[in-house]
Amino acid sequence: MTFKRKIVHSSFTLLAISVFLFTESTSARAQEREIRVAVAADLKFAMEELAKEFESQTGTRVEVTSGSSGNFFAQIQSGAPFDLFFSADVEYPRKLEAAGLVGPGTLFEYAQGQIVIWTPADEPLDVSRRGWNALLDPRVQRIAIANPALAPYGRAAVAALQKAGIYEQVKTKLVYGENISQAAQFAQSGNAQAGIIALSLALAPGMKNGKAWEIPAGMYPPIEQAAVVLKNGKNKSTALAFMDFIKSASGRKILQKHGFAVPAEKQQSNDSTLRGSSRPRKTESKG
Amino acid sequence: MSSISLSFELAGCVAVILLLTGMPIAYWLAYSNWRSKFLLESIVALPLVLPPTVLGFYASLAMGPRGLLGKLWIALFGHGLAFTFGGLVLASVVYSFPFAVQPLIASFEGIDRKLLDASAVLGAGRWRTFRRVILPLSLPGVVTALVLSFAHTLGEFGVVLMVGGNLAGVTRTVSIEIYDHVEALEYGEANQLALLLLAIAFGVLCLVYAVNRRVWTPAWLRWPGK
Repeated sequence: MTFKRKIVHSSFTLLAISVFLFTESTSARAQEREIRVAVAADLKFAMEELAKEFESQTGTRVEVTSGSSGNFFAQIQSGAPFDLFFSADVEYPRKLEAAGLVGPGTLFEYAQGQIVIWTPADEPLDVSRRGWNALLDPRVQRIAIANPALAPYGRAAVAALQKAGIYEQVKTKLVYGENISQAAQFAQSGNAQAGIIALSLALAPGMKNGKAWEIPAGMYPPIEQAAVVLKNGKNKSTALAFMDFIKSASGRKILQKHGFAVPAEKQQSNDSTLRGSSRPRKTESKG
Repeated sequence: MSSISLSFELAGCVAVILLLTGMPIAYWLAYSNWRSKFLLESIVALPLVLPPTVLGFYASLAMGPRGLLGKLWIALFGHGLAFTFGGLVLASVVYSFPFAVQPLIASFEGIDRKLLDASAVLGAGRWRTFRRVILPLSLPGVVTALVLSFAHTLGEFGVVLMVGGNLAGVTRTVSIEIYDHVEALEYGEANQLALLLLAIAFGVLCLVYAVNRRVWTPAWLRWPGK
C-alpha cells in the first residue's frame, strides 16, 4: 500500500518536473520569437492584420492584447510585461515617457483616429443621407459614445456634437461605453439606436453591414494616437523592428485600410496621397 | 455621492424582490421529494460559477430590440430595457439569485421535521405552518439571504458594466464609479469610495455571521411569543 503510494507520488513529482522543464525551455525559446503588444480598442482589427503581416515577414509572433488605453496605462505603470503600447491618444504615452518607462526617442504618432455616426442595418434611419439630423430623430432614444472622461474618442464625439450645435438636444440620449469598442457593441446589439464610433470599428467584420456617416474631420480636435516601445519589455530589438514596420509603407497602408489617417512621412515626397483625413472617405453603407 | 445612493437603491430593490421570489422556490426545493429537483438546484446555483460576462452578454442580447425580453419591454413601455434602472434590477436579480435562495434552503432544511409534523397534526395548514413555525425558526437564514443578496448586488460590477451604459443617477453604480476613477487616474476619489464599500461589506458580513452564531440577536429578530 505504502509502496504503491510512493510510486504514485514519485511519478507525480517526475511528471511535474518534466512539465516544468518542458514549458520553461519552450517559453524561453518562444520569448526570442515573440513580442507582446497592448493596443487601444479601436486598433484591434488593424493590429490583427499588422501582426499577421509582420509575422509572415519576420517569423516573430505578435501577441495582441486590446483594451482601453487608460487601463493599459495603469497596468504598464505597475509593470505589465508588454513590449509595445499603442495608445488611442498621445497623453498616456507622454506620461509614460515622463515616468521613464519608455525607450528614449521611441514615441511615435502612428495615426489619427476618425469618427463616424453608425446605425445598425435594421434601423430605419438613413444616417448616410441625413447626417447629424438622424440623431435628432425621435426613434433614436439612445446614442452610444465612449466615456468622454476616459476615452479620446468619447471626447471627440462630444466635441463634434457641440460643434454641430445639437449637444444640448441629445445630451440625455447619450450612453457611455467603457471604451470605444463597447460603445460600438451597444450600437451593434441595437440597445442604442445609434453610436458615434471609430471609423476603424465601423469597418470591422461584425459592423460592416451597418450604415455609417463620416463626421467631417474639422468638427473635432484631431485624435492623435501614439505608440511607444516599453522599457519593461523582454525583447527590445524586435519591438523596435515592429515599430519600424508600422512606419513602413506596408504598415501605413494597413492602418489606412482600417480607417486611420496616417501621418505623412517626411522623407517621402509622394506621400500626400496617404493622408486620409484630407479627402472624404467613402464608407460602405449597407451590404 | 449619488452613485452611492443609487447602489443602495438598486441593492434594496433586488434584496426585497429576491426575498419574495426566493422564499417559495427555497421552500419547494427544501421540502419537495421530486427526484429531478437537482436540475432546478443547479440552475439556481449557476450565477455562482458563471463569470458576469456570460450573464452580461446574454442580458444585453435579451434586452436588445432583437431579444424576446427587449421586444416585450418595448411593446409595453416604448423603450428598451438596456441602460435603464429596471434593466439593472432584472439582471441583478438573476445574478444574486443563489445568494438569497441558498441560505433559505439551508435554514428550511435545518428545521426539525417533527415540529412540522406536530404542527400538521395540530391542524395547521401549510401556510400557517410556514408562518408560525418555519419562518420564525429560520429567521437567521432570512436575514442572511436578505443581507447577502443586498451586499452582493452592491458589489456587482461586470454585469452593470455590460448592460448599464454608465448613466449618472440611473446606471452608474459605486463599483462603476470606482472603475472610472481608477481609469482616469483619480486614485484619491477611487480610494474614498473603495474604502467606503470595504467598510460596508465588512459590516454586513459581521452582521450575518454574528446573527448566525447567535452572538447577538437584534430586538426585531426576537420573534414575539418565543
